Amino acid sequence: MIHARNLPFVTTLAIFVIAYGLCILQFPNMLSTRVIGNLLTDNAFLGIAAVGMTFVILSGGIDLSVGSVIAFTSVFVAVLVGSFGVHPLTAFLAALVISTLFGCLMGAMIRYLMIPPFVVTLAGMFLARGAAYLVSTQSVPITHEFIDTMLGFYIRFPGGGRLTLLAMVMLIVFAVGIIVASRTRFGANVYAIGGNIQSAELMGVPVGATTIRIYALSGFLSGLAGIVYTLYTSSGYSLATVGVELDAIAAVVIGGTLLTGGVGLIAGTFIGILLQGLIQTYIVFDGTLSSWWTKIVIGILLFVFIVLQRTIIWYSDRRLAVRQLKEV
Amino acid sequence: MSAPHALLEARGIGKSFFGISALEDVDFTLQQGEIHALLGENGAGKSTLIKILTGVYRRDRGTIYLEGNEVSPDDVAAAQALGIGTVYQEVNLLENLTVAENLFLGRQPRRFGMIDRRTMRERSRTLLERYGLNIDVDALLSSYSVAFRQIIAIARAVDLSGKVLVLDEPTASLDANEVKGLFTVLRQLREDGVGIVIITHFLDQVYEIADRVTVLRNGRLVGSRAISELPRLDLISMMLGRELQHITRDHQAEPETIDDRGAPSIQFQNYGKKGSVAPFDLDIRPGEVVGIAGLLGSGRSETAFLLFGIDRADSGTATIDGQQVSIASPEAAIANRFGFCPEERKTDGIVGDLSVADNIVLALQAQRGWMRPISSAQKRELADSFIKSLDIRPADRERPIKFLSGGNQQKAILARWLVTEPRLLILDEPTRGIDIGAHAEILKMIERLCAEGMSLVVISSELEELTAVAHRVIVLSDRRHVAELSGRQLTTDGIIRAIAGTGETEAA
Repeated sequence: MIHARNLPFVTTLAIFVIAYGLCILQFPNMLSTRVIGNLLTDNAFLGIAAVGMTFVILSGGIDLSVGSVIAFTSVFVAVLVGSFGVHPLTAFLAALVISTLFGCLMGAMIRYLMIPPFVVTLAGMFLARGAAYLVSTQSVPITHEFIDTMLGFYIRFPGGGRLTLLAMVMLIVFAVGIIVASRTRFGANVYAIGGNIQSAELMGVPVGATTIRIYALSGFLSGLAGIVYTLYTSSGYSLATVGVELDAIAAVVIGGTLLTGGVGLIAGTFIGILLQGLIQTYIVFDGTLSSWWTKIVIGILLFVFIVLQRTIIWYSDRRLAVRQLKEV
Repeated sequence: MSAPHALLEARGIGKSFFGISALEDVDFTLQQGEIHALLGENGAGKSTLIKILTGVYRRDRGTIYLEGNEVSPDDVAAAQALGIGTVYQEVNLLENLTVAENLFLGRQPRRFGMIDRRTMRERSRTLLERYGLNIDVDALLSSYSVAFRQIIAIARAVDLSGKVLVLDEPTASLDANEVKGLFTVLRQLREDGVGIVIITHFLDQVYEIADRVTVLRNGRLVGSRAISELPRLDLISMMLGRELQHITRDHQAEPETIDDRGAPSIQFQNYGKKGSVAPFDLDIRPGEVVGIAGLLGSGRSETAFLLFGIDRADSGTATIDGQQVSIASPEAAIANRFGFCPEERKTDGIVGDLSVADNIVLALQAQRGWMRPISSAQKRELADSFIKSLDIRPADRERPIKFLSGGNQQKAILARWLVTEPRLLILDEPTRGIDIGAHAEILKMIERLCAEGMSLVVISSELEELTAVAHRVIVLSDRRHVAELSGRQLTTDGIIRAIAGTGETEAA
């Protein structure tokens, strides 16, 4: 059964299928597993960050620190491995612990100091970016046997495409995210807080603990996205991934999640990521279009989706009114 | 049903906010299988008491016993776990979740750590069937009407807690049929032994459903009685705080009859709005104080909203000095030289961060329009003269008004309207929440203003105040103007009888 609240997701899915179909009509090669494999790998770090962002937005919040945390993690890992010779796994673990604690701290400030998430995570954005510069202002290349093994691991599709480890990590994160959101009490509490925080509190939802866990989750996934980005570029650079949080927000909204919170699906965000990747791929295939067209199309899509969500809300309100009239 | 202990017993509950006492030494006892109505006017302390019992607020003093054991619910979850569940009027459930998700939020059945949606769905269905609801539990809550949501909320609260159910104004937005359905559910729960506390301002419903009533007034306990031994007249005097036999005061000074005041200058004929106030006639003469009395929810404030154009009348005419006028908005009312001091001073009256002077000239500026600003010299002069004549303290026109006491804020708002030299000033609860000294001053000022020829409409739940200042009192009940008292009929006794609907028979 399609709820009105899932309509944006269904619409995004339809738009994606149609758009992909049109692309294939023009460039039949875009159907190849190579293209699909690359699309997943190229957007792996963004997808991972967007899962965290979906939880944050579902709870009615926002996390602007994502891009900076990715940059910090990538520089931090690159310097630990490249300059200090730490084993990559140890470096990964340290980076994840730091980014998770950073998220915890932001969540606690939002809850207990009652500062809006926008402000707290804006401060977090500057803080993490500054910390990244502190670690290194240079682009730090990273080479390690273990990392080469990791990058060498992939599943070959028929047709020559590769499902790389990075893409696999993203797919696993999405799968786990979907289960957590729809099948755990934590997930239900996230939706409840996003629906109406006062009601949720009066219904006994542990709002404080849940808020901290939401931002900790977003911090953890930003850290994971940073690691994936480091592997993807084989380097860490403090100036990288500026504005990635905005791409993530765009993917979340295009995927049908309401910016006001309480309504949306993790799977929608996945389609949002694919749609963004599809536009980029199309521009590469076309070859004559400037890459700025990606931004323009995403801008238009965002507008369309915001209007669509409004319309759906109006429509379902009116239908409810009509039904209540009939009851009388 | 005669358990050794009462189901829920509260003794000597006290609570104050920022040094202002909201509840003082209140006792409350709820028996098993009892529907207990908690009554009182605005600010009587009903909500505070409820919030203490359900763990939203912490009490300053007193003890709570549940089935004879002392308990101390520190938050909502703790109260729920103890067995005390609440259904609030406004914030209820979550519209963005399905019915089943709402019913089981925080206690979803799980298998292998995952929410078991199928079990949740089945249990939701059986749960709601007990309440006679056969609905799609996978549909969003927002697709159901308020009445359904109410029952779903009750089902959740009872299933969660099961001993005490607290309902805050459950019938406020329900129609007659829905109320009937709700009451059937409540009676069933009473049979099952649940103790139910219900806050409402519909006295008919109290007599229909409640076994016992407890009345609070100004944060204190007035009394607790079985409804079968409590005539309506006595209940109303408990709520309004007047014992009938103790009324010795007569309306003293009424030398002149009403007609001496000359022809009415402002006339409302057949004035009303569907769903708000039934059509009424109201004539106001120059220099006359018309009081409006009635219980909470009787249409007192709604009448003021109509007179001042905040609500638009859908029937009747308004006439000023023989000329028909349209008062369709507050702007139109101000243009006709009406003024209005609303009941909610903090939210609807003052602009807290602006200075006293700015607050005083606000209405005058609005009346003149933004093209003709008031010069700062003129503003200073106006503010100073009113600060002096109304004795607003501290006498500092530049101080942000939020730092003034309630009484002085009220005076500043009065000054705001007085600078516009209104012909009619409507005061909704002008003395609520202000200290006794300021109280007397405001009453004195009302007398002075009408001596100067201004007409006033004063709404108040303080009956003695009304009988003291008003020349005539309109009595409202169930959103209808039921009586008009003047001269010797104008006593607190007469008002209470009129509210109870026995005015005609007894007075005749």
